[in-house]
Amino acid sequence: MRITCPHCGARDAQEFSYLGAADLQRPEGMAASEAAMADYVYQRDNPAGVHRELWYHGAGCHAWLVVTRDTRSHAITAVEVAKARKAGAAA
Amino acid sequence: MRYSIFSLLSQALQGHKGWTPAWRDPAPKPEYDVIIIGGGGHGLATAHYLASRHGISNVAVLEKGYLGSGNVGRNTTIIRSNYLLPGNTPFYELSMKLWEGLEQDLNYNAMVSQRGVLNLYHSDAQRDAFARRGNAMRLAGVDAELLGTDQVRAMLPYLDFDNARFPIHGGLLQRRGGSARHDAVAWGFARAADSRGVDMIQNCEVTGITMAGGRAVGVETSRGPIRAKKIAMAVAGNSSRVAAMAGMRLPIETHVLQAFVSEGLKPLIDGVVTFGAGHFYISQSDKGGLVFGGDIDGYNSYAQRGNLPVIEDVMESAMALWPGLGRVRMLRHWGGVMDMSMDGSPIIDTTPVEGFYLNAGWCYGGFKATPASGFCFAHLIATGQPHKVATAYRLDRFATGRVIDEKGAGAQPNLH
Repeated sequence: MRITCPHCGARDAQEFSYLGAADLQRPEGMAASEAAMADYVYQRDNPAGVHRELWYHGAGCHAWLVVTRDTRSHAITAVEVAKARKAGAAA
Repeated sequence: MRYSIFSLLSQALQGHKGWTPAWRDPAPKPEYDVIIIGGGGHGLATAHYLASRHGISNVAVLEKGYLGSGNVGRNTTIIRSNYLLPGNTPFYELSMKLWEGLEQDLNYNAMVSQRGVLNLYHSDAQRDAFARRGNAMRLAGVDAELLGTDQVRAMLPYLDFDNARFPIHGGLLQRRGGSARHDAVAWGFARAADSRGVDMIQNCEVTGITMAGGRAVGVETSRGPIRAKKIAMAVAGNSSRVAAMAGMRLPIETHVLQAFVSEGLKPLIDGVVTFGAGHFYISQSDKGGLVFGGDIDGYNSYAQRGNLPVIEDVMESAMALWPGLGRVRMLRHWGGVMDMSMDGSPIIDTTPVEGFYLNAGWCYGGFKATPASGFCFAHLIATGQPHKVATAYRLDRFATGRVIDEKGAGAQPNLH
């Protein structure tokens, strides 16, 4: 499996570390209910199909990436820099 | 037909023409007392124990492919009960005891072979940790022996004891551990359950859960709708998909684990040996192939096949432990998808959906648990109460902080 890093180009997946689902929203820690926090920490959609997930390019540019990948075939359809996504969300 | 030396002799005299199929191939009935989704080891074991221990035989096991086509046929066949934590030790020990009497119970040769499981340690700190685990096991009535270098050297002289980075200082041995013939376990449970009237429905994929008033009352399948008083799922690898049909999310990610077998060799290694400085374990099948495996690939996958980096990693661990393997050719490798739970331990529990029961989260340790998993799940389905050795395997333990984390890795499934 190769991941096309927006900064470094197509690189072997071994250069990256995997974190998990990309779109989990951490609730406000002081205000959130226990149930909401447990939901954030433990519950996952775990789809068989398209999955947006976080990878860290530790042996390359040290960027966090959001990779869109099909969990049935491992085919990657999109890679974006996580930071850009965050900036976009704030704007 | 009961299998025995007499049935074998009588069939031998008749040219083996009188053997009958080990189970029927019935069409689904419109309604059952219990539907078990998943015709793998755990589902079939659940059916057997429901029928044999609780007298509930109006049961259907629904399997999307053929019986035993999932993880029960994809594992490395190891059985053991060498766990540290109080929530786990009694459960896995019950499983070991059930393994010890399984063939008589099922009237089926599952080739259970208590050839020993040896976990090697490579540092003083690891010896302390293994001594602690061994003591916890012995306190719970499980056998464990802490061996020094000389004892391990006498057993396995060909290992790399003086490896510069990972010298072998000894090992923790469970002599009652070993291996079993994985397919035969599925077939034995299926045959035993079938003989008590349980229907094995193959090529029957569940596509939806029918709900009425917040209660699960039946399933939609590729062979039509089926009603049931109770619905139980044992579909590790696909638990999130089936639970989603009942409107639930689970604390589980699905990951792929690869396993490997070498060409057939003369007897080289008696028991199961695990490397303590990496994730690697190896044993030898009765056919002579070395059966071994290591880490999961580490990212969500339903593909039932893995990638090359983990293969390389496993081979490197093999060479660090046992350099003599360098000339052995690998014959096959394959992948299975598993429920990686958030604390590395399983779930056997009721759910917020009434009439819907959950058996999931086995990570890559489900095979050894097969008998106890079925035994405890059947107890839960029949009585509504958890079996006493499975009380810790609750679905709500994550929210309440009562996780059972043998590895101490936290809510990061690819690290368990």
